[in-house]
Amino acid sequence: MKSKISIKNLDFHYGPNQALFDINLKIKEREVMAFIGPSGCGKSTFIRTINRMNDTIPIAKVSGEVLIDGKDIYAPKTDVVSLRRKVGMVFQKSNPFPKSVFENVAYGIRINRMHSGKSDLEDRVEKALVDAALWDEVKDRLNSSAFGLSGGQQQRLCIARALAVQPEVILMDEPASALDPIATQKIEELVVELKKEYTIAIVTHNMQQAARVSDKTAFFMLGKLIEVNPTEIMFTNPEDQLTEDYITGRFG
Amino acid sequence: MSEAIHNRRKFVSSIMTTVTAACAIFAIAVLILILSYIAYRGIAAINWEFIVSTPKPVGEGGGIGNAIAGSAMMTLLASLIGLPIGIGAGVYLAEFGDKWYGNTIRFLSDTLIGVPSIIVGIFIYTLIVLPMQRQSGLAGAIALAIIMIPIVARTTEEMIRLVPKSMREGALALGAPQWRVTWDIVMPAAASGIATGAMLSIARISGETAPLLFTALNSRFYNWYYDKPMSSLTVQIYNFATGPFEVEHQMAWAATLILVGLILVINIIVRIFTRKKF
Repeated sequence: MKSKISIKNLDFHYGPNQALFDINLKIKEREVMAFIGPSGCGKSTFIRTINRMNDTIPIAKVSGEVLIDGKDIYAPKTDVVSLRRKVGMVFQKSNPFPKSVFENVAYGIRINRMHSGKSDLEDRVEKALVDAALWDEVKDRLNSSAFGLSGGQQQRLCIARALAVQPEVILMDEPASALDPIATQKIEELVVELKKEYTIAIVTHNMQQAARVSDKTAFFMLGKLIEVNPTEIMFTNPEDQLTEDYITGRFG
Repeated sequence: MSEAIHNRRKFVSSIMTTVTAACAIFAIAVLILILSYIAYRGIAAINWEFIVSTPKPVGEGGGIGNAIAGSAMMTLLASLIGLPIGIGAGVYLAEFGDKWYGNTIRFLSDTLIGVPSIIVGIFIYTLIVLPMQRQSGLAGAIALAIIMIPIVARTTEEMIRLVPKSMREGALALGAPQWRVTWDIVMPAAASGIATGAMLSIARISGETAPLLFTALNSRFYNWYYDKPMSSLTVQIYNFATGPFEVEHQMAWAATLILVGLILVINIIVRIFTRKKF
């Protein structure tokens, strides 16, 4: 299978501080890669380079290459807006818009003008909500505020919102860290389900979660990529001593 | 030992609570005193004729209908000018105003808030009244708009800055361009706060006298045209209050009561209008 995302010699600076050091990494199509590591190790910064979310930080500076389907997304001609449509993102804290449930999902479809009419829009919203395993819970309250949903439902709404614009890659930045175990389990089941269609990069603090949902796991520490391996190897027989120390709980 | 420290702390705490409570009661008491005195002095002279008719020579009754209409018209025009500019400036400051020019605009805007309103009146007098060769409702409204703009700009900015970054990022991550993020997500999220600022600035300008004294001047008649001198509640109160006759003073109190009542109504509308929907 070919690489969907390919990172070459990626360095990242916040002003004078270097946050990522020479990262090299490939993520295959329809693969789930989990990113683990202690707080502040650069996991979030790393996945935010894949949809150029760090562009919003004035002092951020990126060098190296991030290729998606072979194209460098940091090339000057890149259209960031269409890049972000292709590379969706789910954030650590659910961030629904101050709109109704329906409008939250419809927003991305509307701004990208993907629908051909009102009924097509409704179909797309329904499909996204079904895919995010939320439809049955919200179908009777599509027009009420998104803030009325529970935390877990809000997070799945954000996933539905990301799915609605038909991305190819989904970045998840600790999507379940603020949720209770039941809601977390739903998100994890969803990730496994979404893998059939999407390439997924998921940051997590929960190593069991990484073990449950991912095909491969990458371990970051102090801005360096220490090890990438298939998840079962990573958690049974890691190559690097640091990885072993981390996953066995000796630090972090 | 620790008992002594404990008692001392409790003693200091109770002193501080008492002092702050006394200050709070004093502040509110002054307000209640003013309001009740205005009500006490003004209520007797208020009747339907007073509210709808125009001023008449002393002793023949008359009222402040034209002043209410003039205040409403000038406040309306000032809002039509001042609110869009103020809100637009606030959006700019919040979304793009992090560089030196943003800081400069912010500083100047804060300075403008502190400029005494009579200076705005003089400025408009020079800029508009002199070239037009007469006082007008238009000049008064523009003076009020100038007072309004920096207040609205700063409250709008504060409200927009309160919208969490995560909400913006959510929209950006869907492929929304910056201006749509601001327009579709940030503005609606900040809407109730912006509306509060707008209404409070309306309340503020409807109580201004100084900038109207030599811009809108006054009028004894109902005037529906912005290019002529226009009466206002505040200037009318000033005229009544500075007149020599007791009956005029009586009318000043009554007009004051109406003005305070209208401002109170605006504030109550703000409260209802901006109550959290979700």
